[in-house]
Amino acid sequence: MISLSEFDIPPESTSDSSDINTSRLSKSVTGQRAILLENVSVTYKTAYDRQRGFKQILSNPFQRGEFKVVEAMDNVSLEVNHGTVLGVIGHNGAGKSTMLRTMAGILRPSQGFVEVHGRISTLLALGIGFNSNRSGRENILLGGLAMGMSRDEVEVKYQEILKFSELGDYIDLPVRTYSSGMVSKLAFSVSVHFDPDVLLIDEALSAGDAAFKTKARDKMFELMSSARTIVVVSHALSTIAELCNDAIWMDHGKLMGRGEPQEMIDKYMEHVHVKNSAVTNDDF
Amino acid sequence: MSSEPSISAAHPIYRSTAKGIPNIRAYFSEFWRRRDFAVEISRAGLRAANADSLIGSFWLVLNPLLLAGVYYILVTLLSGAKITDPMRLPHIVGGIFVYYFYAACMTQGAGAVTSAGKLINNTSFPRLLLIYAVVRTAFFRFMPTIPVFFLIYLSRGQALNWHQLLAIPALMLLMSFSFGIAALLSVLQVYFRDTASFLPYINRVWLYVSPVLFYPERIFNHLGNLSYINPLYSLIGIWGEVLTRNESAPIQMWIAATVWSISTLVLSCLLFMVKERDFAVRI
Repeated sequence: MISLSEFDIPPESTSDSSDINTSRLSKSVTGQRAILLENVSVTYKTAYDRQRGFKQILSNPFQRGEFKVVEAMDNVSLEVNHGTVLGVIGHNGAGKSTMLRTMAGILRPSQGFVEVHGRISTLLALGIGFNSNRSGRENILLGGLAMGMSRDEVEVKYQEILKFSELGDYIDLPVRTYSSGMVSKLAFSVSVHFDPDVLLIDEALSAGDAAFKTKARDKMFELMSSARTIVVVSHALSTIAELCNDAIWMDHGKLMGRGEPQEMIDKYMEHVHVKNSAVTNDDF
Repeated sequence: MSSEPSISAAHPIYRSTAKGIPNIRAYFSEFWRRRDFAVEISRAGLRAANADSLIGSFWLVLNPLLLAGVYYILVTLLSGAKITDPMRLPHIVGGIFVYYFYAACMTQGAGAVTSAGKLINNTSFPRLLLIYAVVRTAFFRFMPTIPVFFLIYLSRGQALNWHQLLAIPALMLLMSFSFGIAALLSVLQVYFRDTASFLPYINRVWLYVSPVLFYPERIFNHLGNLSYINPLYSLIGIWGEVLTRNESAPIQMWIAATVWSISTLVLSCLLFMVKERDFAVRI
């Protein structure tokens, strides 16, 4: 949904770029830095075989569960300026979502440094942060407050969100009663209407019906025209080509390249030996 | 791409590094800025509780009142003890009410992080706000029991006295301790999912070894200074002394309560802040 935090320790120096990995490429649109990743790695342990049987516990009570170390991002450096619409492409498990969540402050880097300028809003594929037992109205309020807005600021935006989401009287019903399309519409509406400076979108652009998709696309172009920074993760390559003015390609946690969207798409397609088709292009 | 961006002045920069605990000042500045978020979570929780029941929020009073009645019968009538002390019932009722505030912080706190999976996986905010929401909710559920306590107290022919004002700092100390315990249990629950399963038993035992059903001296006569090992001996002991016995409570109790309260709050919050960076990949 929406996120922002600014409570981490700033590094000794953020302006010295001498130690920045050479793979970082900067594409200036406005000349104002929006996002900086410096040598960022994200590694975490995830447990599997968590449930041990009663017999196993009795036979070896002190044996620990099995863990797998996941290297989701590997020494990624990247600088994005305000006004950039950055597309992120790569296979499943390439580290795209991890990178977005690290930019949002949801995940902390195991190594390196992340800096984001401005108010961040996220629209993530892992599921919106809504509480399904609460009404759409309550969730809008919670979303705004989570972003650090005041109640008055949220109230001002509320009518716009309600109108854009097309939920009507459903807004006062619990979110659990919504269809998946209605939830997507609400999530999209909330994430784009709280004036984000940096909008992070992860596989979440195909919201709602055809009419809403058109409206959503128009809203995206509106945000782009006001020089907001948008980072879009999508497997729908036509969306990347249409929306973005910059793109990166990730593979197994590494930044493989950066350039014009079509150039990156071509390289990626060549890498995975897949031809352009409707299957790889669909989104909006 | 025509116009220049105007970056929100209130959100100038977000920085995240790999090492160290969060900057305490920046963390709590952010915590304070988003306190309305926790307040709204808490309000929604209060509205939702008992929303489907016939008597609704009256359960907030009825539940601890029934429990106090049950324990009063157990402690006095069934144990065969003579009821000569008119303050016995107010003491048990006041103790049960405040203990259930503490127990609610424990049980709700244990699930505060693990039950907020979607929020934590999608939103960046100081996670201690979830603990604040839990303690606030428990406090507002506790509030309606205070007039009920005083009704019972006055019905025993007792008059109000100035010592009872000391219940306010006593409650503040207990709230700080409860906040710390809720933060600690929420972290434990992330790493050891069995934590919450043990809580009903811990709650019950802790109730019996604390001066809720009995006066503090009964515990002190058995254990002496070891009584202070139990934080609730002093924290709830003071509450009972100032509310029902027209006493200000011994200074040792105030010192022990203050030490337990502040140390638990500070250490648990620091542990929480160090560990909260793992929550998104652990839940």
